[in-house]
Amino acid sequence: MKPMNHLLNTKDSKLEQPEIVLEPPRDWLNLRLRQLWLYRELLYFFVWRDLKVRYKQTLLGAAWAILQPVLTMIIFSIIFGKLANIKPPEGIPYPIFSYAALLPWQLFSGALSNASGSLVTNQSLVTKVYFPRILLPLASVLSGMVDFAIAFIVLLGLMVYYHITPTWAVLFLPLFTLLALATALAVSLWLSAFNVKYRDFKYVIPFLLQFWMYATPIAYPSTLIPEKWRLVFGLNPMAGVVGGFRWALLGMKAEVAPQLIIAVIIVVIILTSGLIYFQRMEQTFADVI
Amino acid sequence: MSDYAIKVEGLSKQYRIGSKRRYRTLRNDLHTAAVRVLDGLRGKRNESQQYKDRQNTSLIWALKDVSFEIAPGSSTGIIGSNGAGKTTLLKIIAQITAPTRGRVHLRGRVGSLLEVGTGFHPELTGRENIYLNGAILGMRKQEIDRKFDEIVAFSEIEQFLDTPVKFFSSGMGVRLAFSVAAHLDPEILLLDEVLAVGDVNFQNKSLNKMGDVVRGGRTVLFVSHNLAAVKALCQSAVFLEHGEVKYIGDVNAAIEAYLGGGELQNVQIFKRKENKNLSMQIMSISVQDQKGKTVVRIPHDQPFSLRIQIVVRETTHQIFPSIEVLDTDLATVIHSNYFNQGIEDGMRSYSPGAYSFVVRMPAPLLVPGSYRISVNLTRKTLRKGWVIDRVEHVCPFEIYDNGSNLARFGIKWMGKLALPLEWDCTQE
Repeated sequence: MKPMNHLLNTKDSKLEQPEIVLEPPRDWLNLRLRQLWLYRELLYFFVWRDLKVRYKQTLLGAAWAILQPVLTMIIFSIIFGKLANIKPPEGIPYPIFSYAALLPWQLFSGALSNASGSLVTNQSLVTKVYFPRILLPLASVLSGMVDFAIAFIVLLGLMVYYHITPTWAVLFLPLFTLLALATALAVSLWLSAFNVKYRDFKYVIPFLLQFWMYATPIAYPSTLIPEKWRLVFGLNPMAGVVGGFRWALLGMKAEVAPQLIIAVIIVVIILTSGLIYFQRMEQTFADVI
Repeated sequence: MSDYAIKVEGLSKQYRIGSKRRYRTLRNDLHTAAVRVLDGLRGKRNESQQYKDRQNTSLIWALKDVSFEIAPGSSTGIIGSNGAGKTTLLKIIAQITAPTRGRVHLRGRVGSLLEVGTGFHPELTGRENIYLNGAILGMRKQEIDRKFDEIVAFSEIEQFLDTPVKFFSSGMGVRLAFSVAAHLDPEILLLDEVLAVGDVNFQNKSLNKMGDVVRGGRTVLFVSHNLAAVKALCQSAVFLEHGEVKYIGDVNAAIEAYLGGGELQNVQIFKRKENKNLSMQIMSISVQDQKGKTVVRIPHDQPFSLRIQIVVRETTHQIFPSIEVLDTDLATVIHSNYFNQGIEDGMRSYSPGAYSFVVRMPAPLLVPGSYRISVNLTRKTLRKGWVIDRVEHVCPFEIYDNGSNLARFGIKWMGKLALPLEWDCTQE
């Protein structure tokens, strides 16, 4: 017995569905944005899963999101603020000076370390189901936003405590946050694909992050860098982000604009090359993971 | 045939298999690169190193020039022994991996179920996992909302809906996973061995549900070792062997081709080619009578044994062999584990060398008929077993009636096992 709807079904599907052709990979860069858009709900579910699991699993839950930057700030204030006697410019108190930088830094480093391992951690998915693989690093990067938002509340408290009134510059803050996220995503595209190819690469990442943190003016003001090295220094997009945060929140005078332009250019380069690399590797993830 | 849902044209897939390492490591690659650079500076070519590299990786064709068309609304089984390329074929159609050559045309939304419970997260509750798993399988949130009650009812886990899945028994987890998957609603559905889940009741329920899915006018591609299920669900089948299509057409004919027409071959000892890539390997399997002679026909009232020879190339721990006796539908009649038989060190370590196992079968054990043997070499890992080597559906043998009471009265044997049971009758 063949039900009627079987005939209807196939006709309908042909009207709605264009033919999909699967072929050996040949495009150089094909973002397939339409695919991404079709899978937007899955992106949401991945972020939702990351958050649910994170806040369920850790004993301290949301408190961890506050403790991590606050404890780092305290340690920095003691070691760099007191012992090394680093004086932030314009009389800004050291704790809030470092906290304003730790905020985007921890967003970045958290996103990077989660996203770079995202393909390997989800290998059962990668080998069993189709979806645009980029959703995994993307979701990891986005889910860091909640921790960031929680830690931001502490910053507001600090600003009240130190009587710092934000200026109109604070309106640019979302832009700097976006830049931090874009940097994290750009680098993660490279690292996550690398992690699939080289299983020992994960040991490099904590070291890389530590090195990167000291190369970014978090514990110290960028004015400490000798003039002739500033340009090289500025190639680090996170230096631009941190500078931007301090400018927007603490009203620190700095030449933000040129630094930011360099940062944006660098991020665009890493992001584009990362996308190309990721896409080339994407086809074989399931075979080598 | 111009009207198709799936059209596969000259599809080939090449895999690179390394002998020792499955993954590349940065350390290794950097080392090789450094050696090359240094040698380049010194002006000499390190041919032997490169040669060794090439030796270490060999290329295999998992699929070779596979072509077929599948009509919309039909269900097709894909059968073949392990390593025949069934799963690779499904993975290409599911877009999980790209083909090396050839192309696939798909008309309609594709849903794939290559493993039940993909993406289940142990920390999340049953409810949360329904949404997550649904989304991963390609359902929209709206769609899951709409089918939620149906999914929960089918899975029979209503009262545990808000319990994290890590507290579920494995049966419950699998039931929930299957329920989500069964409510997937694509035009083309790819299934891989998903029916072998849960207890017998749930398996039957799943099989019925899949039958509904198939009759619902969807195009189904179904990979399974369960030939009975393939027969029940599919009208046609593709029989793959070593990556090539050996037969396409009617399901019964394809199964017959796969089983070699069901005739007893003269090759009595099943022998394997050496594969140095495996740390341990099953080398031969044979069925022997009491005197140790290899046989294919065994009287039902005579004990017999299976002899399995393995070779161990690297010391491996926590290993146990297991055997299966299968009937003509390839349903398992007997499954036996070396370590589950009260043997002290049934799961032990093996140092390099050759070993042989003998499994003695008492008589009478099996009802007269044809049977086959499967053997697994499994390593126990933290959570589950990891199959190191497997040989399936080999050594066909026949049990014949050697003058039973049933035969004397011309009554048919029933069931699968002929084990003597104790009967008693008392007048009260």
